[in-house]
Amino acid sequence: MTMAPERIDVRVELLIDQRWFAVCDLSDLTPGRGVAALLPDGTQVAVFLDRTGQAYAIDNRDPFTGAYVLSRGLLGSVGERPFVASPLLKQRFDLETGRCLDDEGVAVQAYAARTQEHMGGVSAQVA
Amino acid sequence: MEFNPRLMAIQVDEGGGAALRRTVEDMGLVVHTGVGGKEITADADGAVTAMALSDGSSIDTDLVIFSAGVRPRDQLARDCGLTVGERGGIAVDERCRTSDPAVYAIGECALAADGRVYGLVAPGYEMALVTADEIAEASRESGFTGADTSTKLKLLGVDVASFGDAHGTAEGCLDVVYADSRAGVYKKLVIGADGALLGGVLVGDAESYGMLRPLTGSVPPVAPEQLVLPAGLGAPAAIGPSALPDEAVICNCHNVTKGSIRSAVTDHQCATVPEVKKCTKAGTGCGSCLKALTTLVNDELEASGVSVDKGLCGCFSYTRAELYEIVRTLRITSYAALLDSHGRDEARSGNGCEICKPTVASIIASLAPTVGASGYVLDGEQAALQDTNDHFLANLQRNGSYSIVPRIPGGEITPEKLIVIGEVARDFGLYTKITGGQRIDLFGARVDQLPLIWARLVEAGFESGHAYGKALRTVKSCVGQTWCRYGVQDSVRMAIDLELRYRGLRSPHKLKSAVSGCARECAEARGKDFGVIATSNGWNLYVGGNGGADPRHADLLAQDLDDEQLIRLIDRFLMFYIRTADRLERTSAWLERIEGGLDHVRDVVVDDSLGLCAELEALMADHVAGYRDEWAETLEDPERLRRFVSFVNAPGAPDPTVKFVPERDQVKPDLTILSGPSIPVRTLETLEGAASR
Ligand code: SF4
Ligand code: FES
Repeated sequence: MTMAPERIDVRVELLIDQRWFAVCDLSDLTPGRGVAALLPDGTQVAVFLDRTGQAYAIDNRDPFTGAYVLSRGLLGSVGERPFVASPLLKQRFDLETGRCLDDEGVAVQAYAARTQEHMGGVSAQVA
Repeated sequence: MEFNPRLMAIQVDEGGGAALRRTVEDMGLVVHTGVGGKEITADADGAVTAMALSDGSSIDTDLVIFSAGVRPRDQLARDCGLTVGERGGIAVDERCRTSDPAVYAIGECALAADGRVYGLVAPGYEMALVTADEIAEASRESGFTGADTSTKLKLLGVDVASFGDAHGTAEGCLDVVYADSRAGVYKKLVIGADGALLGGVLVGDAESYGMLRPLTGSVPPVAPEQLVLPAGLGAPAAIGPSALPDEAVICNCHNVTKGSIRSAVTDHQCATVPEVKKCTKAGTGCGSCLKALTTLVNDELEASGVSVDKGLCGCFSYTRAELYEIVRTLRITSYAALLDSHGRDEARSGNGCEICKPTVASIIASLAPTVGASGYVLDGEQAALQDTNDHFLANLQRNGSYSIVPRIPGGEITPEKLIVIGEVARDFGLYTKITGGQRIDLFGARVDQLPLIWARLVEAGFESGHAYGKALRTVKSCVGQTWCRYGVQDSVRMAIDLELRYRGLRSPHKLKSAVSGCARECAEARGKDFGVIATSNGWNLYVGGNGGADPRHADLLAQDLDDEQLIRLIDRFLMFYIRTADRLERTSAWLERIEGGLDHVRDVVVDDSLGLCAELEALMADHVAGYRDEWAETLEDPERLRRFVSFVNAPGAPDPTVKFVPERDQVKPDLTILSGPSIPVRTLETLEGAASR
């Protein structure tokens, strides 16, 4: 049995219930945009990559409309803080805290995210 | 049939009533005023045959429709022995007290102190305020003595508005009247002895209602006769917000006056439009007042000596037009390069924002062939700049599904293609609706269905309609000379030629057009950004028209052009607009904003006063030569298709929250799924706290 690593994958992982869960490969993300992903319990998360290669994740549900669309918003930053603007009514959400920048009373859940190198293999798939 | 001596006797005066009557009668209706119905006769089966009138005449008819007014529901008061008016309504005084001082009455059951019953909600609120203060024994100077019954409405499609002292009851007041019975327009302003505008009546053209009503009570900044003249006859284009009095309501959604906007800047130190929005709520509803709001805030800031930042957003201190010039002359082909070289210091090397990203993407796309960038909106960095609609080449709808609009140039379509649209809609369960631009919108596609749907459409010869982009939408047409007995040119062919020439052209805002085959204007070309109307000698070109929230008739740019002249002129006009307009500025607003207005544009694009025309034409030639159908390109590229999945880690799984329920034989979004129980929100801090425990 050969154990030589075939290639190095970089995966994007979220901290879920104190475990790191791989949602996709880094190559699935475009800097400045997001994708939607499913967590094992069926929750929808929106995963983003900024210009510097830092990954972020928040809930995919837009609390203002109820639609699961935050992953399709545009990324931006005010000062050092990255945000996503909802594609429906354009409210902005801080990607690190989930707080809405345009309405103090509203927030979505934010998840800790990191990129991690792995040897070979494929990323976890949720059916 | 109207019991009063004229139509809408409360709202309009005699002249207005007469104008209204003429217009209504022109529609083929017979109007009887000053009479009432006396008797309805029926045949043996009980079916209506005729109606006898109070003047002794009779009308043969088989249908009678009653339209009754409101009558105060005052039975309770009668049973209690409270005083009621002769024609009903619980009599109250200025404090809204009934004849028993312990009992109050408000709203449409009450007969107010001025002897009237108010059936509208606003006076009801006012009476409620008076009553509440009265019960709380708060002292208040004024009671309820009557309410403003200004109204603007449509009667059978005719605009009717009245405001203030519409009937000129104030002492010493005089009328200024403009009447054009041919056009069915009647406008009267009531001017007080001191020159103040007291009220007015508008029939047939009530466009100036929004401007006139806030002016009520003050001396207008221009002579009153100018206020009633139609546009083009010496009327000021519109009185800008700076001329309005402080009481004028700027934002109707949140009832914010000009005064409170000004004081937000002066007293509350708001220095930007977003701050003023937050402080006053103005502009946070429908958004239609944003333009006026921005002008006011900037005026106020300038007046207080603050230099106004005209930059596009927090990332760029340049306007859109300046950025266009920078991109064009320095041949900058990427957003990141532009941000890092020309962004504000604090924004360089950042992520940009949702305002400048699509704006710069659009600039680069419209200059792509010229500066040597890829014009394809899903390529490389461009992909990250587009609003979701451009990103998925479809229009996002409220439940996260998308709608699809294939291009149907000029609104002309073969039965075969119609059948394909029908089959695709049926097979994918899409809701179909005819758009105002003479094409068909298919609603309810999930992200992962878009490529499948487009594969079928492209195979049948359709291409993207760019309904998702700030780009040319449609060129509508009437059937024109080929079929219509009045037509003088082939309007359909011209519309198709124009639509195919300008398809895919990215611009500061969407662009709409239409071509009519004769002066009857069935295609409504004068409501478009560029509209073409056939003459017996060629074509007239109109520019700067708009429908929507801010309607504007297009202005005549040039007359009796042949085909070639027409196209050359439109090429120049569009490129000049794209080059100089602000972000999200339609041609109508652009034409009114730029210095010199229409005359300046004519100088530049017709008389070539800036020597720009050759360049503008070359830019358009580049665009036409470089056009590719975005959907056909997308379908050919597996890499680009990869993004059309609902979930990155479950590519085959559809989004379970995009569901539909039946409605009128089709579907509509199932919103109950989205409103579901709101999940308690945890922020990252609490999560990290939990993780470290
Ligand atoms: S605009 Fe003229 S040519 Fe076109 S349909 Fe109307 S009447 Fe006919
Ligand atoms: S009028 Fe101001 S937001 Fe609608």
